[in-house]
Amino acid sequence: MLGKLTIDALPFYSDIAMGGALITVVGALGVVALITWLGQWRYLWTEWLTSLNHKKIGIMYVTLALIMLVRGFIDAMMMRTQQAVSLNLQGYLPPAHFDQIFTSHATIMMFFVAMPFLVGLFNFVVPQQIGARDVAFPFMNSVSLWLTASGAALVVVSLVIGKFSAAGWSAYPPYSEAQFSPGVGVDYWIWAILISGVGSILTGINFLVTIVKRRAPGMRLMMMPLFTWTALCTSILIVFAFPALTVAAALLGLDRYLGMHFFTNADGGNVMNYVNLFWIWGHPEIYILLLPAFGIYSEVVATFSGKQLFGHKSLVYATAVITALSLSIWLHHFFTMGASPDVNAFFGRVAPLIAVPTCVMIFDWLFTMYRGRVQLSVPMLFMLGFIVTFVIGGMTGVLLAAAPDDVMRGTTFLTAHFHNIMIPGVLFGYFAGYQYWFPKAFGFQLEERWGRRAFWAWIVGFYLAFLPLYILGFMGMPQRLDRYYVAAWQPYLIVAEGGALLILCGIIFFAIQLAVSIRDRAALAISTGDPWNGRTLEWATTAPPAAYNFAVVPHVHGIDAWWAVKQAGKAGYRPARFHDIIMPGDSSAGIVLGGMSFVFAFAMIWQIWWLAAVGGLGMFSAVLWQTFDDNAERRIPASEVEAIEERRSIAPAFASRAPM
Amino acid sequence: MTDAVTTAVGSDEETEAEEAGRAIDQRTYGFWIYLMSDTIIFALLLATFVVMSHNTAGGPGGHTLFRLPQTFAKTMLLLASSTTFGFVSAAIAVGQRWRVLAWLSVTFLLGLGFIAMEISELYGMAVAGAGPWRSGFLSAFFTLVGSYGTHVSVGLVWIVLSGCEVALRGLNPFVVSRLCRLGLFWHFLDIVWIGIFSVVYLPGIL
Amino acid sequence: MPAPPHGGEVTIRPYLVGAVLALVLTAIPFGLVAARPLRPIQIFIVIGATAIIQVVVHLRYFLHLDLKPSSQNKLIALCFGAVVLLILVGGTLWIMFNLNYRLM
Repeated sequence: MLGKLTIDALPFYSDIAMGGALITVVGALGVVALITWLGQWRYLWTEWLTSLNHKKIGIMYVTLALIMLVRGFIDAMMMRTQQAVSLNLQGYLPPAHFDQIFTSHATIMMFFVAMPFLVGLFNFVVPQQIGARDVAFPFMNSVSLWLTASGAALVVVSLVIGKFSAAGWSAYPPYSEAQFSPGVGVDYWIWAILISGVGSILTGINFLVTIVKRRAPGMRLMMMPLFTWTALCTSILIVFAFPALTVAAALLGLDRYLGMHFFTNADGGNVMNYVNLFWIWGHPEIYILLLPAFGIYSEVVATFSGKQLFGHKSLVYATAVITALSLSIWLHHFFTMGASPDVNAFFGRVAPLIAVPTCVMIFDWLFTMYRGRVQLSVPMLFMLGFIVTFVIGGMTGVLLAAAPDDVMRGTTFLTAHFHNIMIPGVLFGYFAGYQYWFPKAFGFQLEERWGRRAFWAWIVGFYLAFLPLYILGFMGMPQRLDRYYVAAWQPYLIVAEGGALLILCGIIFFAIQLAVSIRDRAALAISTGDPWNGRTLEWATTAPPAAYNFAVVPHVHGIDAWWAVKQAGKAGYRPARFHDIIMPGDSSAGIVLGGMSFVFAFAMIWQIWWLAAVGGLGMFSAVLWQTFDDNAERRIPASEVEAIEERRSIAPAFASRAPM
Repeated sequence: MTDAVTTAVGSDEETEAEEAGRAIDQRTYGFWIYLMSDTIIFALLLATFVVMSHNTAGGPGGHTLFRLPQTFAKTMLLLASSTTFGFVSAAIAVGQRWRVLAWLSVTFLLGLGFIAMEISELYGMAVAGAGPWRSGFLSAFFTLVGSYGTHVSVGLVWIVLSGCEVALRGLNPFVVSRLCRLGLFWHFLDIVWIGIFSVVYLPGIL
Repeated sequence: MPAPPHGGEVTIRPYLVGAVLALVLTAIPFGLVAARPLRPIQIFIVIGATAIIQVVVHLRYFLHLDLKPSSQNKLIALCFGAVVLLILVGGTLWIMFNLNYRLM
């Protein structure tokens, strides 16, 4: 009746696991109780959970990312602490539990922090930047969100019911095969990846079509803001690279569920095939995460230098070159697998080429700042921190991409390099975007002082946490050790622990910043939709933007369309009359679909076949219900549009600081 | 490329008919992108099959398992169904609802015939000791052909649903646009089959 | 009546042309495999060539892909997809057979 699910799935076997489970359950119950106490369920359901408004979906994505960031960071903290104390000792974590933690840390950070964060920013910004009222497929957008959330929920639930995978975030066979990992952990990993992967592919399709087909009249491809360009290239990469992850995870699942022999040791299986498939996705994935961050840096640096972005065209070409190259250099992730010198030499030559367009970008950003009026706002601080730190990450990347140096693979040098790309490269970019677009989303700015404190905690914490790992890599310390016997390593690991603590402060400062900003929202409110004196079209809308973004679709004549409007003195332009605007209505099919996908995956993991059938039928019905409903639209009458626009031209409700 | 965005030039707002037309154009394009993504999935499954084509682990290989006449019959069923779906499209263009339904039914039966043949082939192999758990080669074969069969089955369900919709609602623009995407899907599947018989069956028999 | 968005054809003619061409292009490789008048390597080449031509035939006659501006976006996506497909499949086969040769 309940498949493999028994009472033993609850973590009575370990105090630490039990503690984690209890915190999760109590936290979830606390949120439910809070919403009930505030009586906000109806509001939450009608205004947010069932909304097809791309801005609200974007905000929900970012919220998911920030929650999961805390969850993933707790894992990181536990690992650092374990390594700081486990010289010659077991430390406080048993090996199997340590393995789960590094697996879930990476899985969460890649799939449920970085991915939702970038998709959330896409959702919020891209339609406004191209002068559109919505994405091409609003319902599919909601489906993507809830599939991603369902995948995240699977990882979180594994904390309470059963165990998570201990096979590393890449789940390399043969260890991840049923023979060596008979529990449900790897199944949790597989289903979380498959479900959120479908969500990602749908997102990729959605934004590709949105950007190609829904740009404002006159906006040619070369006039698109850089963030939109990176969103386009990222979407292309998602559409063409994510299938490889789906295939790799699905074949691993077939091995585990049906006893097939894709990656087993015996009966004709081939482990290396998994590695190959996984990195066909894995390498582009790094650029899927990086390119949007590059886009954000480009927007931020232009706005806060008060200049047009230097070399817009070369940045576009660099983005396109990275996109194309990133699909063809995946082998450098497994030089040591045993390929011949020819193969390794080819990929070893091609891989460092990607440094060329990246350098072009760095120089373009530097030249944008050159002789500009640089304002050191919080987004700009993250941008500057990125430039300095990322250069180190890039250089160590070239070292790793050179086949003869590959002795460093599998050491903490790799860990350090990877985080050097992921934290200053990716996460700082998303943080900059979060700080930059927050006033657009909510109509008030984030408090500056706590933002600066958070920045300094993050960047100093980053250096302290990861530079020691570079050194330890040279000293030969392997990745993912739960204990070690080399006394010389311990001082470095203690320093790294200190760095992690500083990063913890950074996260806490962000939380304080948010709380303080909400408290002082009247003082921080912005009078126009354009607090930073921005250049691109998203600053033309109100803050927060009306559901339709633009009452009149703008006509675009060049790069930095909004700047041109302001220069021409037409920013306050009002049309003679307004028209009805048709927007997508709400739909609860998206969240139902996501919920049913969770039921389905959970049932498949525990092999409760009847429940899987229920979940599958539920997903099918939700899709059917929405597909054949052609009237799912909402008409905003011209009078209402006029009223909204009228309010906009009158002075806003609260007095505000002068725009920066 | 930029022709899609110039529609609003001239008047400030596009008309509702234009907006509906644009929405349908976007859906077609989005579906096309999905097909590209799906192509990559099939391409990787095919590549995996080729990589594992010699990993028979002492079990039967393609030479003993694949049958040329059966494969040819399946190919013909698919080609015929692709053609009859073309007749559906032609019937849509002239707005003849019953002709649409008639050709949809023929397409459905041809597709069903393909699925029946495939199930009997795979089932026959599995009971004869050549199931997907026998060897890496058979795992790759079953997965590739099984994924293909799943796609065709999805197409069949979609044909039934679309048929019901045409019968109940007639040929309104949304129904027509869904039928066109179904057509893209169905023709696309036939293209994937060219890859499968050219890479899996014919070289295996040879 | 609304014309289908992927083309304005009203006849069944293109489908018949496509079907006949596809039939011929299917019959050739199947016939060769049945009769084996050539060496295997030659037959492989013919199978590959007819398959590629048949894909083009399907795209042209069944999916109505042409060189007109209305198809441009689709064509670009298709060409990009084809390039990616070649890189991924070609790379995979190169890497994996190279490994097989060395390790098995």
